[in-house]
Amino acid sequence: MQIIKPDVNFDFVGRRKIAYAVSLILILASIASLIAHGGPKYGIDFAGGAEVLVKLDAPVTIAQVKSALADIGLKGSSVQEYGQGLGDNYRILVAADQATSTDLAEQIKAGIASGTGVGVDDQSFSFEMVGPQVGRDLREKALLAMFFALLFITVYISGRFELKWFISGAMSACLALAVYALHLVNLGIPMLMLVALIVTLVLFWFLNLKYAMGAIVALIHDVTITVGLFSLFDKEFTLPIIAALLTIIGYSLNDTIIVFDRIRENLRKHHRDPLTTIVNKSVNQTLSRTVLTSLTTLLVVIILFVLGGGIIHDFAFALLVGVLVGTYSSIFVASPILLAWQKRK
Amino acid sequence: MVVNKMDQPTLWPKKKINLGLDLQGGMHLVLEVDTDKAVENTVNRTYDELRGFVKQNHIRIKGLRQTNATSIILTLRDDADVSQAKGLISDEFRDYTVTNTKVDGSETVKMVLKSAEIDQVKKMAAEKALMKIRNRVDEYGAREPDIRPQGEKRIIVQLPGVIDAEKARNEIGRTGNLEFKLVDDVGDLREALKGNIPPGDQLYYYRKDDPELAGRPILLKKETLLTGEYLSEARVSFDQSTGRPQVGIKFNTKGARIFAKITEENINKRLAIILDGEVYSAPTIQSKITGAGRITGNYTDESAKSLALILREAFPTPVKILYEKTVGPSLGEDSIRKGLISMLIGGALVVLFMLVYYKASGLVANIALLVNIVLIAGGLAAFSATLTLPGIAGIILTIGMAVDANVLIYERVKEELRLGKTPLAAVDAGYNRASLTILDANVTTLIAALVLFQFGSGPVKGFAVTLSMGVLSSLFTALILSRAIFEYFLVQRKIKRLSI
Repeated sequence: MQIIKPDVNFDFVGRRKIAYAVSLILILASIASLIAHGGPKYGIDFAGGAEVLVKLDAPVTIAQVKSALADIGLKGSSVQEYGQGLGDNYRILVAADQATSTDLAEQIKAGIASGTGVGVDDQSFSFEMVGPQVGRDLREKALLAMFFALLFITVYISGRFELKWFISGAMSACLALAVYALHLVNLGIPMLMLVALIVTLVLFWFLNLKYAMGAIVALIHDVTITVGLFSLFDKEFTLPIIAALLTIIGYSLNDTIIVFDRIRENLRKHHRDPLTTIVNKSVNQTLSRTVLTSLTTLLVVIILFVLGGGIIHDFAFALLVGVLVGTYSSIFVASPILLAWQKRK
Repeated sequence: MVVNKMDQPTLWPKKKINLGLDLQGGMHLVLEVDTDKAVENTVNRTYDELRGFVKQNHIRIKGLRQTNATSIILTLRDDADVSQAKGLISDEFRDYTVTNTKVDGSETVKMVLKSAEIDQVKKMAAEKALMKIRNRVDEYGAREPDIRPQGEKRIIVQLPGVIDAEKARNEIGRTGNLEFKLVDDVGDLREALKGNIPPGDQLYYYRKDDPELAGRPILLKKETLLTGEYLSEARVSFDQSTGRPQVGIKFNTKGARIFAKITEENINKRLAIILDGEVYSAPTIQSKITGAGRITGNYTDESAKSLALILREAFPTPVKILYEKTVGPSLGEDSIRKGLISMLIGGALVVLFMLVYYKASGLVANIALLVNIVLIAGGLAAFSATLTLPGIAGIILTIGMAVDANVLIYERVKEELRLGKTPLAAVDAGYNRASLTILDANVTTLIAALVLFQFGSGPVKGFAVTLSMGVLSSLFTALILSRAIFEYFLVQRKIKRLSI
């Protein structure tokens, strides 16, 4: 059985301008959405505050829950229904400045029970409270984790594909040290990461680290678009979402490396052919595998998205977007970038 | 051998794989010990002691003030006293750096707590808080509690299983409340037990783990005469005449004055020491006690030590809850159920797809997939890693990605077959060519997973663990196991046609 015919030969590279335009529009839209929403919407993991999941013994309305909360002085809290939509499962978010009392969980439990007149199921009660300090720590750690993961990965790619172990290793070590030092002098982490990423890309360009550059641009592309879609749908960033983003990085890289690997192999076999032909040929040769793997992974992620339950829903959404964008980028973004150097010469 | 039905393995080997709090319910707390407060308390006590010391040694001062959390300044009345005062103070308070300067025309002596001492106080405070929380959780009887320090002043507490969150939170969060009250030896204890408590009295009980008096009732005066905040020291010493262990206590200046008054007025009465509402000891007051006293009684080395510890525990070093997560047990069950269902359905769909697309070779890939899942489950149990909800997601994701390795190989084998190679040669070439690619791709995923493990906390760590195991086991199943199956059929069984 075949989905993609073996002799397939699409002109991916020739149409890369169109792909670049599409990617650029998506990225700009993502950034626009982020700006419009005033930055990413952080979940309580990162912003601090409290999250309560309650199951009531009988259905009530959101308004009832809200007024019950207002009675105990938690007026601004957001209340959402979740679960099967029977009106008995609610998710309550209390802002950081209101989540200061040590027995908040008990207050909310008792407040809802007395305010709505319906009992709260103890067995299905979940409470999570994050202090502002912890929130900031986690946010910084998450961003640092992403950055360091990227650095390590680029060293590996540059080493394996261009034998530039030393130069990429030295560059990454310098960057890592610089970021660490600047972090110690309390420079804001998000800004620092942005600057570090730009510096990294510029260095890649001048040090001629093509493969690392292609992979990293594809990764930034994937992560930005996923984050943008999250912001567009007004979804929250939590720790599991960071895990999902890192998985997307791993997955997209997986795709990219498989194409790169083929390019490396074809370069040895047909070293007389122009690079453009080789890149296009390699993308086509691996197309069947790319599509099949995306299909099986998507299958699992879709099931997770539909059946995984409320808590895992957003996680699956991030993966869904990431797998799609990651597949696209390894075909249309990562490999054509290798050609960028060629034209300069 | 008779096998009890309960002992038979169930689908999910609960005994071997640790379920995270999000799956089995329970409580997760991150606490911060206010070590700065402990330093401040230390300097506060010195400040109190200093006032007595200045008086005792006839150092004439104009003013005495605590300038910040770690330093105290004395302004002298007579500039000529400065070197003598400085000498006396630095001899007595060795934990401080003592210097003198002229401020507004008068000589001042400045005492600053040494930084080594600050570190020591902070370390002690954090250790003490950790010990205190351990004791309380043990007392509370939580099942398999996990309590450990994180960094310099944070403490992580994990209490799995069904628990009363409110009670646990209160137990852990409170600082020891030490009180001294007089014992009412005149009131009728038996009547009090029936409910006729004499006016002004209250019924208390001895602490539950007291070796002799555990749980016995005792009638005390309601009025609290002194609280733990005036106490500055408590340590085990030995009675010089009898050699018996005793607990020496010291109060700060104000506490000493109050204590002297209490003891003077109540000689031969008994004074009860109450911590958190439980009576620990009720020694008889033998004489007026000024400043330092001794609690004597029928103590062994151990019990004296623990009383001293309890008294010291009462010095308040506040503990703040930075992070809390409480999950109801049935919410966890729900998560497991949904996670398992989506895992089974997702897995089934992938298996079906592989069978349809690659036929017999798809079967080989499916065997590899199954082994993969078993290996991950085994790995989780072997490393006693904790399975969390994102961890289950990690496994599900591995299912999706594990087939990737096989897809990669099979597509390559198909290519080689199209070039006209024999099945055996095609399989060999396919595996050889694909191996390197698979290795490269998986190493990068592994890098991401390891960084995630290093930086992540709690649930994210769980995800990183399952993802790493997934990568490693899929490397094994794709590159070694499935290849072995192919070679068995192609070489041993000499099968000529490849169903792929």
